[in-house]
Amino acid sequence: MAVLGALGRLSTNPFINGLASLYVSLVRGTPLIVQIYFIYFALPSLGIILPALPAGIFALGFNYGAYLTEIFRAGIQAVPAGQREAGSALGMPDRLVMLRVVLPQATRIVTPAIGNEFIAMIKDSALVSIIGVREVLWNAETAGRPRNNTIEAFIIAALIYWVLTIIFSLFQERLERRMARSDR
Amino acid sequence: MPSGDQIVRVQNLHKYFGSLHVLRGVDLDVSQGEAVMIVGRSGSGKTTLLRCINFLEEPTAGSVVVDGLEVDADPLHSRSSEHREQIRQIRLRAGMLFQEFNLFPHMTVLQNLIVAPMRVRNLPRDEAVELAERYLVKVGLLDKRDEHPARLSGGQKQRAAIARALCMEPKVLMFDEPTSALDPELIGEVLKVMEDLAHEGTTMIVVTHEMHFAREAADRVVFMDVGQIVEQGPPEQILNAPQDERTKQFLRRFLESGGTRAD
Repeated sequence: MAVLGALGRLSTNPFINGLASLYVSLVRGTPLIVQIYFIYFALPSLGIILPALPAGIFALGFNYGAYLTEIFRAGIQAVPAGQREAGSALGMPDRLVMLRVVLPQATRIVTPAIGNEFIAMIKDSALVSIIGVREVLWNAETAGRPRNNTIEAFIIAALIYWVLTIIFSLFQERLERRMARSDR
Repeated sequence: MPSGDQIVRVQNLHKYFGSLHVLRGVDLDVSQGEAVMIVGRSGSGKTTLLRCINFLEEPTAGSVVVDGLEVDADPLHSRSSEHREQIRQIRLRAGMLFQEFNLFPHMTVLQNLIVAPMRVRNLPRDEAVELAERYLVKVGLLDKRDEHPARLSGGQKQRAAIARALCMEPKVLMFDEPTSALDPELIGEVLKVMEDLAHEGTTMIVVTHEMHFAREAADRVVFMDVGQIVEQGPPEQILNAPQDERTKQFLRRFLESGGTRAD
């Protein structure tokens, strides 16, 4: 979604470019919690009824897609123009140049930034508990409340988020090391 | 009209960058097997001429013929799919080497060499690899086959780039100051490869500041100034007995600076 968004933002076609820019502007300009409420509580009045879990996943994807769009756009633009020219000069059609030459290098450039976004998204997934998605925070609340163990329950919830992000960070580190191999 | 052995024909080529008139009506013919070296001051339009021949820059007016395929400058429709396809066909006929090499850093040397033959010429992988290895031997880099470009010296990078261009088996190779980004001690190995190519009858157009090289390897030297070809002829004529005042001045300044490069 983000790669498509980024290509849209870089497109010379005014319609595609406008659509992608509107998407980014709209999503970044409104709070995530409003987007979650809108998708879960407002869309049904337009006839689009999503259960809590798909609604939560869609809201997070829609939201982070916009941020990642901007990251990918910057990554694509950070690939030196000479790379694109070299591909074109070999007779590659534009699409092949993008697919084989530009995107692989852009992906490498944006990996650290994407890692940041994923960690932020793991934590923002707590927000979808408000529409009743049974994720970590929702479980902590419902488990803790009846037995008055809220402190323990929330500490466990926090630890779970922490461990999730640590695991993800380790994974990301390995990925970056692997991709850096060609630099040595 | 392709006369049979005319590989490149540039006709009345003009290029504006905004209001800057960079190419002012350039005509240039290059025959099969000819090595043409373009010299001149920085900003004289040499590089722009090269980039206009394969449409990395869209010329403002004029036409380019490469191996019988004529493409007219069409700046108003430069994005039309028909024009883009014509340009791609030109580029398949005219390989290009860059000052900054522009190898693909995320691929090994071999992958750099086979990606276009496989994806563009649709060669099967084993054929593309065979072709790549043949040209790696030619530029003396077969042992670097599986290295990434970051592990190569500048001279090795440019030689790998030359092999990559050769793998597309173009009708003409165009070099845009191929040694300008190299440390002095690495220039020789690249010029040696180019000289071999020239002597084997590879058609080439080279923008260079290496006068010794031009003298050794060129069949014809073209001197450009302010977007026009001022004078052209065999190297000994242009470099030893230039007729035009601007050529004389350029070579005088070059000799005074004492180096092998003029700028």
